[in-house]
Amino acid sequence: MSRLQVVSGKGGTGKTTVAAALALALATEGKRTLLVEVEGRQGIAQLFETEALPYEERKIAVAPGGGEVYALAIDPELALLDYLQMFYKLGSAGRALKKLGAIDFATTIAPGLRDVLLTGKACEAVRRKERSGRFAYDYVVMDAPPTGRITRFLNVNDEVAGLAKIGPIHNQAQAVMRVLKSPETAVHLVTLLEEMPVQETVDGIAELRSARLPVGRIIVNMVRPEVLDETDLELLRTVPRSTVARSLSSAGLGGARRGGHAERLVDPLLTQADEYAERYTLEHEQRAVLAEVGLPLHELPLFAEGMDLAGLYELARELREQGVS
Amino acid sequence: MSRPDPAHHHLSPARLLDVDPLLEDPQTRIVVCCGSGGVGKTTTAAALGLRAAERGRKVVVLTIDPARRLAQSMGIDSLDNTPRRVKGIDETAGGELHAMMLDMKRTFDEIVEAHADRERAAAILGNPFYQSLSAGFAGTQEYMAMEKLGQLRARDEWDLIVVDTPPSRSALDFLDAPKRLGSFLDGRLIRLLTAPAKLGGRAGMKFLNVGMSMMTGTLGKLLGGQLLKDVQTFVSAMDTTFGGFRTRADATYKLLQAPGTAFLVVAAPERDALREAAYFVERLAAEDMPLAGLVLNRVHGSGADGLSAERALAAAENLEEPRIVDQEDGKALLRNSPDAQDSSGSPTPGTPALASAPEGGSPTEHAEDTEPSGDAEHAEDTERSVDRLTAGLLRLHADRMQLLSREQRTRDRFTALHPEVAVTEVAALPGDVHDLAGLRDIGDRLAADARELPDPADRTEAPEASA
Ligand SMILES: Nc1ncnc2c1ncn2[C@@H]1O[C@H](COP(=O)(O)OP(=O)(O)OP(=O)(O)O)[C@@H](O)[C@H]1O
Ligand SMILES: Nc1ncnc2c1ncn2[C@@H]1O[C@H](COP(=O)(O)OP(=O)(O)O)[C@@H](O)[C@H]1O
Ligand SMILES: [Mg+2]
Ligand SMILES: [Mg+2]
Repeated sequence: MSRLQVVSGKGGTGKTTVAAALALALATEGKRTLLVEVEGRQGIAQLFETEALPYEERKIAVAPGGGEVYALAIDPELALLDYLQMFYKLGSAGRALKKLGAIDFATTIAPGLRDVLLTGKACEAVRRKERSGRFAYDYVVMDAPPTGRITRFLNVNDEVAGLAKIGPIHNQAQAVMRVLKSPETAVHLVTLLEEMPVQETVDGIAELRSARLPVGRIIVNMVRPEVLDETDLELLRTVPRSTVARSLSSAGLGGARRGGHAERLVDPLLTQADEYAERYTLEHEQRAVLAEVGLPLHELPLFAEGMDLAGLYELARELREQGVS
Repeated sequence: MSRPDPAHHHLSPARLLDVDPLLEDPQTRIVVCCGSGGVGKTTTAAALGLRAAERGRKVVVLTIDPARRLAQSMGIDSLDNTPRRVKGIDETAGGELHAMMLDMKRTFDEIVEAHADRERAAAILGNPFYQSLSAGFAGTQEYMAMEKLGQLRARDEWDLIVVDTPPSRSALDFLDAPKRLGSFLDGRLIRLLTAPAKLGGRAGMKFLNVGMSMMTGTLGKLLGGQLLKDVQTFVSAMDTTFGGFRTRADATYKLLQAPGTAFLVVAAPERDALREAAYFVERLAAEDMPLAGLVLNRVHGSGADGLSAERALAAAENLEEPRIVDQEDGKALLRNSPDAQDSSGSPTPGTPALASAPEGGSPTEHAEDTEPSGDAEHAEDTERSVDRLTAGLLRLHADRMQLLSREQRTRDRFTALHPEVAVTEVAALPGDVHDLAGLRDIGDRLAADARELPDPADRTEAPEASA
């Protein structure tokens, strides 16, 4: 299984949440995973209800079964300073550069530079070994930029093509590309069962494939429970109102006769069921569109009350049961 | 002063936003729909534009990233960056609807072409730094949306411009990103870096100069001399023709403060979206930008909101339990469809305790109506599946009521914080909104002066029905 797992998807579909759940799921007994964030938003800290993460690998959770999850919020400015330090031995001049805004300037006019620093740091963590020869992390999971930017973000070779033709950044880009285009990497896409995110997913996969980046799984998030099934919906189309009224009445909800309490519930309840049926059909259509892509599909349930740590562990368990680890 | 009525001491509901007077007022020239990503800005902008046009105004809608089917149905999927007249609308009131989808690169190219002679324009368009800038620099989309708005307004061909805003996680990006990008491009650093020679003689700049040469040296090694040269060429070419990015961003910003501009904040009834909306409301006030109100989109109501989630669930369980009458002759297994039961397994015959009377309620007067006659197994099957369906209907309803009260709490938290903001609620439609009929429906809901979510005071439990 790929050791670098990149999680992308349309904005707001649950990239950060799924990436965190995946990091927990992969941290089975005796394993260690690193969850990295690249957009400077402190989404991981929020999710794990801890203080803002520094640019430093920190243990943030113990997974069910005892594996460990570490987290790192990569700061491109600091990563660039590290590089300058490493290759040009800048000393305190580096800090002066930062003060002048030069670091920010450089990563702004050359977005490819920023990207290669971010992916570079993640790849370094993938390859890093301990003295014993064991990998420092069994898996690295990246909470990546959204679908619209993911291919450019990962395709760092093209991105730095316009930059200095020699020097550490170029070597770095080559090394990064070797990892990103190999089976060592898998890019997963998170989506909802709605038209726009599904469309974006399909387009994103086509783009990734044409850039020869390895696509992994599709993870459908926030799936609503099936309350009425095919048989119920069939019956819904033909059932006489009076029969439903009698059934409601037998459940203790009042009179089934015209104007009775149970009878008055029938119309609104049937309207809600019709809405459910319409959404059910739409969701089935979107599932079919996703199935056509031919990638492993996973579904994660919607937590109607919102997400919290318990919910996150629940999602991790779900992912394990669905065989992602 | 009147005494407070003890029966109505709940929070007074927010003012209702009346969109029709806003759309019909000839003084309203620009309506901006903003909000965080995915809440329905584009849908709202298109629905408002359609409604205003059908009420007699000549409207142009500037959409940024419409869903594909919506763009197709409006005939604006061709991406030519210019407004197209939308067919299929009711023009009897004398209005027209035009719509377009923003192409940011093209908008940028057009600015260059409009401001430079042909030769210089070609040089700028071919500049690699310009190409990466126009293809998707952080803030370019916001900058170009503002730019396009300014252009449409300058053409003065429309009574009303409805603007959608780019998808971003923060509604504030729309206000801040153009200035940020403008300041960056006009910034001191970019100038110093790209023209270090000019600094020569100035004594006070000496330290800076040392820093500068180190900086250009380091950055040159890092980025390559070519990129810096591209940036320099681009900036100086733009300078002589364009007159400053920042100035231009400021000019459009002013347009947003002009009378005749109204902001609508769109939000879903979810915590994050409403928190974002609250920031935006506060920001608009600080900038003297007129807020017309909040569109609370995708809310859920119910025609049966007198039936609480708890009662609906209890009733559903009741229907899914085996009845005493079915325990005879081993029929219980038939009666218990495995799907309707959870993993606790089918109760065996002889456990009548399971079939207790409905919890908290009276055994119903209509029980005899629903008892199987025993002679037609088919009728029994049907009844069993109707009960199963009814239980499903009740569970759906319980989910709906729980959702509704969460949304209500979220809304009430917002209105308690910002009672001055007028609110209109738009129901979540079961499907996507992808054609004119759908937009018209959304428009009707935007204009309706009724709430979708009940007020807290209305949520009294329905009276016990059986008597
Ligand atoms: N399965 C779920 N059930 C309920 N809520 C969920 C679920 N997954 C995610 N959420 C919630 O949805 C919201 C968006 O999730 P998240 O922040 O992970 O998305 P994202 O794709 O990382 O967003 P962004 O594009 O802003 O980075 C959050 O409030 C999160 O708690
Ligand atoms: N009230 C509504 N009911 C049902 N679907 C809606 C509603 N409002 C918006 N949508 C759908 O939600 C999706 C996102 O809406 P959109 O207007 O594109 O959001 P934004 O522009 O804020 O990103 C679209 O598929 C749209 O059809
Ligand atoms: Mg995120
Ligand atoms: Mg939009």
